Amino acid sequence: MSAGGSDNLPWWVTGLLLPVLNVGLALAVSALVILAIGEDPLGALGTMLRGAIGTGEGIGYTLYYATSLIFTALAVAIAFHGGLFNIGGEGQAYIGGLGVGLVCLALPGWPWWAALPLSVLGGAAFGALWAAIPGWLQAYRGSHIVITTIMFNFIASSLMVYLMVNVLIKPGQMSPESEAFSASMFLPMMADMMATIGIEMDSSPLNFSLFLALLACFAVWAFIWHTRWGFALRATGANENAALYAGIDPKKVIVVTMALSGALAGLLGVNELHGVQHRLLLNFPAGLGFTGIAVALMGRNHPAGIIPAALLFGALYQGGTELVFDYPNISRELVVVIQGVVILFAGALEHMFRPALVRLFTRRAQAAAKPAGA
Amino acid sequence: MSAAPPPVSPAWAVELVGIDKRFGPVHANRDVTLRFAPSSIHGLVGENGAGKSTLMSILYGFYEADAGEILVRGKQVDIRTPQDAIRLGIGMVHQHFMLVETFTVLENLLLGHEGGPVLGPAMQRARAEVRELERQFGLEVPLDALVSDLPVGVQQRVEILKALYRGAEVLILDEPTAVLSPPEVEQLFRILERLRQQGRTVLLITHKLKEIMAITDRVSVLRRGQVVAEFITAETDRQALADAMVGRKTSLSVDKAPSHPGDVLLSAQNVNVIDGRGVTTLKDACLNVRAGEIVGVAGVAGNGQSELLEVLSGMCRFDSGTVTLKGQEIHPATKYDAADARRRGLAHVPEDRLKLAVIKEFPAHESAILGYHQDKSLSKGWRLNWKQVVAKTVSLMEQFDVRPPNPNLRTSLFSGGNQQKLVMAREMEREPDILLVGQPTRGVDIGAIAFIHRQLVSLRDRGKAILLVSAELDEILALSDRILVMCDGEIVGELSAAEANESRIGTMMAGIKDAPVAEGVPA
Ligand SMILES: Nc1ncnc2c1ncn2[C@@H]1O[C@H](COP(=O)(O)OP(=O)(O)OP(=O)(O)O)[C@@H](O)[C@H]1O
Ligand SMILES: [Mg+2]
Repeated sequence: MSAGGSDNLPWWVTGLLLPVLNVGLALAVSALVILAIGEDPLGALGTMLRGAIGTGEGIGYTLYYATSLIFTALAVAIAFHGGLFNIGGEGQAYIGGLGVGLVCLALPGWPWWAALPLSVLGGAAFGALWAAIPGWLQAYRGSHIVITTIMFNFIASSLMVYLMVNVLIKPGQMSPESEAFSASMFLPMMADMMATIGIEMDSSPLNFSLFLALLACFAVWAFIWHTRWGFALRATGANENAALYAGIDPKKVIVVTMALSGALAGLLGVNELHGVQHRLLLNFPAGLGFTGIAVALMGRNHPAGIIPAALLFGALYQGGTELVFDYPNISRELVVVIQGVVILFAGALEHMFRPALVRLFTRRAQAAAKPAGA
Repeated sequence: MSAAPPPVSPAWAVELVGIDKRFGPVHANRDVTLRFAPSSIHGLVGENGAGKSTLMSILYGFYEADAGEILVRGKQVDIRTPQDAIRLGIGMVHQHFMLVETFTVLENLLLGHEGGPVLGPAMQRARAEVRELERQFGLEVPLDALVSDLPVGVQQRVEILKALYRGAEVLILDEPTAVLSPPEVEQLFRILERLRQQGRTVLLITHKLKEIMAITDRVSVLRRGQVVAEFITAETDRQALADAMVGRKTSLSVDKAPSHPGDVLLSAQNVNVIDGRGVTTLKDACLNVRAGEIVGVAGVAGNGQSELLEVLSGMCRFDSGTVTLKGQEIHPATKYDAADARRRGLAHVPEDRLKLAVIKEFPAHESAILGYHQDKSLSKGWRLNWKQVVAKTVSLMEQFDVRPPNPNLRTSLFSGGNQQKLVMAREMEREPDILLVGQPTRGVDIGAIAFIHRQLVSLRDRGKAILLVSAELDEILALSDRILVMCDGEIVGELSAAEANESRIGTMMAGIKDAPVAEGVPA
């Protein structure tokens, strides 16, 4: 019932050894790159590590990035199981954020716990709609989802610029930002929540949304592997003809799957806007929609894999920021290169070590089985 | 049972010595030793899951044996990949063809043998060489046609030609006749005869003992991974082979009492289907199926039978006409999909198992609820009750003797016959009033064929209506109470079981309407 590899590797090999090998190799290559530009690789990697998990504040930031990444990676994963490659997480998160913002602006003075369900609904609904359109185009008009979702990223971006500059901008202001939400509805910060139960924590943007992300992980897992609809979704993803035979309408499933995917991506807005920025502004998804693809890939499209992968990428984001602070020779772009290398080894080249490990372990298993079975 | 006769031939083309292979707990091949002579056709038979395909995959380099040796023309060799096998002159034609559909035949033949970045000269050379092979073996194929435009029989010839073009001395054919019409089988056999005359070795896996008797020189029987008998074909018969395969006396025939048809449960009136290209694939189809009878639909594959099944089962829309299901009329505008059909008591075993009836990537227990996942009994509130699903699968596997009886094994890892038994079990489990069955025994071993046939007859005797589509005339004749013959999208005639015989159906299949069309008259 679980996703994951089909060859008979022990779980700890696929689950632990392989990712560690891949990430290790990625870091080694990154070290070479840093060496090549004349910086001290160990020092730089150490700075990244300290920046990401060395301080309470760093951990807070890492978890805050991970929260957003969990939403966008779950979006990619659910579409993947429906046989769809949704590259539009960025745009769906953007439009979903618009939904969150509109809801929050419409409820001045509400307490956060009353506003949260509605802002979640707003973000999910807007994201769902934005993803359902490419889904519908694929199901009923045959236009390929990869192409349309990419195009919808651009449309989302243009639409948001128009709305922010012309419609939603706070009157009498230069930068395209909306009015602030009322302070009563700001989601509680993790540091404050912890303080109320007597745990001291450095302040960071980490907020209540983290719980929402973990809840979403559980919900997605239960939905995909434990419900009739999830079964229909996986059947359609694996074999549309067989789904048709089973009385499932693949076209409907495609549209619904995309809507669910977009809804998850849309929740990024809850973390970023309702949780941290407290207003609508431009470019708040900041590439996290795209990085979600890598996180899903590395997490093998399973929530249990997505959580650690999101933590890793969250740490890379946060550690990268620290790196740029401390090493003037290392630019923001180099951090992107390091992230790219991790994506390359942990995601795209995930299968590089696999055949060798499969060989190794089947040999061992056979050697063990022979005397017993003969 | 005659023991393996001592080798007589001076040199063997291929020898497999002590081959052993396990897949986890499944011991697929146990210490198999087989020798194949040049200039011969060697049959390989055995029940589903006996390990035939595994053994041939080892010879072709898909799998590595855990133990054992392979000798080619007396020399020990190491075959790790299909490329190694090809280099040693071993070719294989898979049941599922490995051709690029959007390439022409010639391009497919050349694939992997381009011999340089410029295609032109290689094409010229290949064309000449292939022409020579065609002449030598009587293997005609249209070299410039797109593979996707060719019928399966011709695609298979392309596969054979591809193997020969790569220099195959030994040709492995895994159930090559399962998808062929009778004339195509004859043509294939003529080609195999030619190969034998030219000194090549053919290894033929088939479940049809008739074919074994007709064309092989020797035949080896595998049971549960072991070679249990080897015969010189001329000195044995079908019954002896069947007994060796199963390991006890078996009955190859089905006992069937006369039918007692009741009400019409399923009927079609003037149903037409026009496909995307504007071709009428089903023309004015009219038929009645009554409770307690098996109506057989005979015909060469691709003459509208698939469309008929798809329309009746709700998988495909029709353009005009009426389908009546247990008294309820269905028109082209009526909402009627496969789920509706199942709700109304119609079950469907489709012709193409791997494409429709199971999901290869799913574990068996998930494939075992395909189409029935909405069943209340399989859910607990919003959750699918996996415990219940697994338990149900175990019981289905037990009833239909699916091997290995492991509900968690990936569906694709079951042998074809066992997949089919799982599908039959699933569809018959809920006692449907109407059962549509397409090619129920394609790729299924003789023991299981008899079992499936008995199940169908007993379902009939319980008063259910069965529509059986099969390309096997033997099967149609053995099971049907009435026989419809299809040709070119039309039902061209109807025969009662009593008046039907192979030659009469054969002529009607060719489109010659010799019998009066008596629509819906029970025998
Ligand atoms: N890759 C695999 N992993 C696990 N089990 C396998 C694998 N391939 C085959 N098996 C098992 O090995 C056994 C032999 O399978 P094989 O396909 O060789 O049978 P077969 O004789 O060709 O049957 P059929 O007549 O149905 O084609 C079966 O029990 C099958 O389930
Ligand atoms: Mg086989």
